[in-house]
Amino acid sequence: MVINRLLKDTIPGFLFVLAAIVLFYSCNSSDKKKEASAKTEIPNVSKTTPKAKPPPYIAEGKKVYRQVCLTCHQANGGGVPGLNPPLIKTDYVLGDKSNLLEIIIMGSEAELARDKSEYANVMQGYGMLGDEEIANVASYIRNSFGNKADPITPREVAAYRSATKK
Amino acid sequence: MFGTSQKLHNLLAKFLFFSIVLLAFSACRQKQENTEGKAALAVSPDNEGIKVPDGFGVIKVADSLGAPRHITVNSNGAIYLKLRKPIDGEGILYLEDQDGDGIADTKKGFGDYGGTGIYIDESYLYASSDEEIFRYKLDANGEVTESSNPDTLVTNLVSYRTHATKSFTLDGDGNIYVNIGAYSNACQEEDRTLGSPGVMPCAILDSAGGIWQFRADKFKQSYAEGKRYATGLRNVVGLDWNFQLNKLVVTQHGRDQLNTLYPDLFDQKTSANLPAETMYIINEGDDAGWPYIYYDHYQNKKILSPEYGGDGTKTAGENAIDPVVTFPAHIAPNALLFYTGEMFPEEYRNGAFIAFHGSWNRAPEKQEGYLVAFVPFKDGKPSGDWQVFADGFAGVEKVSSPSEAKHRPTGLAQGPDGSLYVSDDSGGTLFRIVYTKE
Repeated sequence: MVINRLLKDTIPGFLFVLAAIVLFYSCNSSDKKKEASAKTEIPNVSKTTPKAKPPPYIAEGKKVYRQVCLTCHQANGGGVPGLNPPLIKTDYVLGDKSNLLEIIIMGSEAELARDKSEYANVMQGYGMLGDEEIANVASYIRNSFGNKADPITPREVAAYRSATKK
Repeated sequence: MFGTSQKLHNLLAKFLFFSIVLLAFSACRQKQENTEGKAALAVSPDNEGIKVPDGFGVIKVADSLGAPRHITVNSNGAIYLKLRKPIDGEGILYLEDQDGDGIADTKKGFGDYGGTGIYIDESYLYASSDEEIFRYKLDANGEVTESSNPDTLVTNLVSYRTHATKSFTLDGDGNIYVNIGAYSNACQEEDRTLGSPGVMPCAILDSAGGIWQFRADKFKQSYAEGKRYATGLRNVVGLDWNFQLNKLVVTQHGRDQLNTLYPDLFDQKTSANLPAETMYIINEGDDAGWPYIYYDHYQNKKILSPEYGGDGTKTAGENAIDPVVTFPAHIAPNALLFYTGEMFPEEYRNGAFIAFHGSWNRAPEKQEGYLVAFVPFKDGKPSGDWQVFADGFAGVEKVSSPSEAKHRPTGLAQGPDGSLYVSDDSGGTLFRIVYTKE
């Protein structure tokens, strides 16, 4: 319970700082894009910049996603209108980490999913997955389909579980 | 200073806008009025991107309609649409085409509830929420005049998250047939849950998973006053009465997730292609076998569901009826209409049109079936293979996820001239398909 509250209390502040950083960088990069596109007339300028290697949770999380999430939430994370909720730019994916963890572990029995009654299909809970698998798939979802949010660590999953007994 | 110039600017903009509208309007009228003073049908030059057989054309009747589900047309060609969710407190729309070009000019609404089913006969308009069926008296023009006080014919039908919509049809003899969808995928103890066994016997079938019959002239009926007319139907969205046979015909949404629930028995590709979507001709008391079996249209057999010990080959359901037509898996038949019009060529007469909503449960395989299909019938029986009648509703070559589809066919209706109307609950568009060859 204490850890849950701790998570809830510290994460908004942390998220705010993270959002500010992300915003700063994304503004910067879009400026750079503009500059680059302005320069496209000039020949012989390389437009490719070396990409950073994606963190390991992307590949590992994708494996879990393909196995248990993709059929319903679809390859693009768009869900199915009226049946399965989308995972793109939504508060239950990008907001408070405990929301997403509750849905992954409890399925549509999670409080937040029960409220989303416009989606007809039931989702089972995936509490049988290990902390690392849950952390990987949660982090993958939070950083795919156009989403950007800080990853969730296995330690945070374990803390959530022991705090909520889920 | 700023205020005045802003007002002037607004006024000028409004004036310009109205001049353009007026100009466009008069230009259109001149172009469309033929010698008899009646507008010609405004068939879209590109058929709105819909592929139809040679000789057919598509008119966009209206767009931005929200999520229209089933539709019906009165004897004057005015259209009623049932919306999944009310917009501004209106869950039924009434569209009229005043000038005869096929494009709706006026729109009214009423009925503050969402739902799917709608049906018209000479005297009444019938519409359903997810729990009830109402009727509204029609005037001589086929118009609802008393829209705020409908009669409640049926009430208190079960409605949970899954398969809640109540499609219905009438038999012309005072009976209503309503689908009460099973609130489950395959009657597992825990719905859509890996390793959860099937409930034996499936208790859902007491109040859902079938077709219930009620009277069209009695009020406030529920289970006690109705009759379970057919059972073992997972979810029927498209149904119609066949007046040649004098029988009910239904299309069933087959079960989902063979692979996600039984990965050891079914691979992803097999799961994308099984089971069949099915059409049944129903006799009173029939059982179509859900949840104990599903129909495998490759083996042409009723196969025991894995929730009840099946392995993809064991057959079962000896007493369950067989489908009369099978369609590819997961493409979701959402409307069924027997065509009795005179407009389309002879081969379409008395045949079945089926609106397919398009799949989601084929992922990661590509999605299919955003189309209207046709099945030829002779003497009330299917007389040939099903065929694609209208396709391309998705608007993209490859649909990998339903959210990419521009339109999803949901409802069908026949106009008094024999036109076929198709509603789309994804893009909010209403199409009208006409035969244009002389």
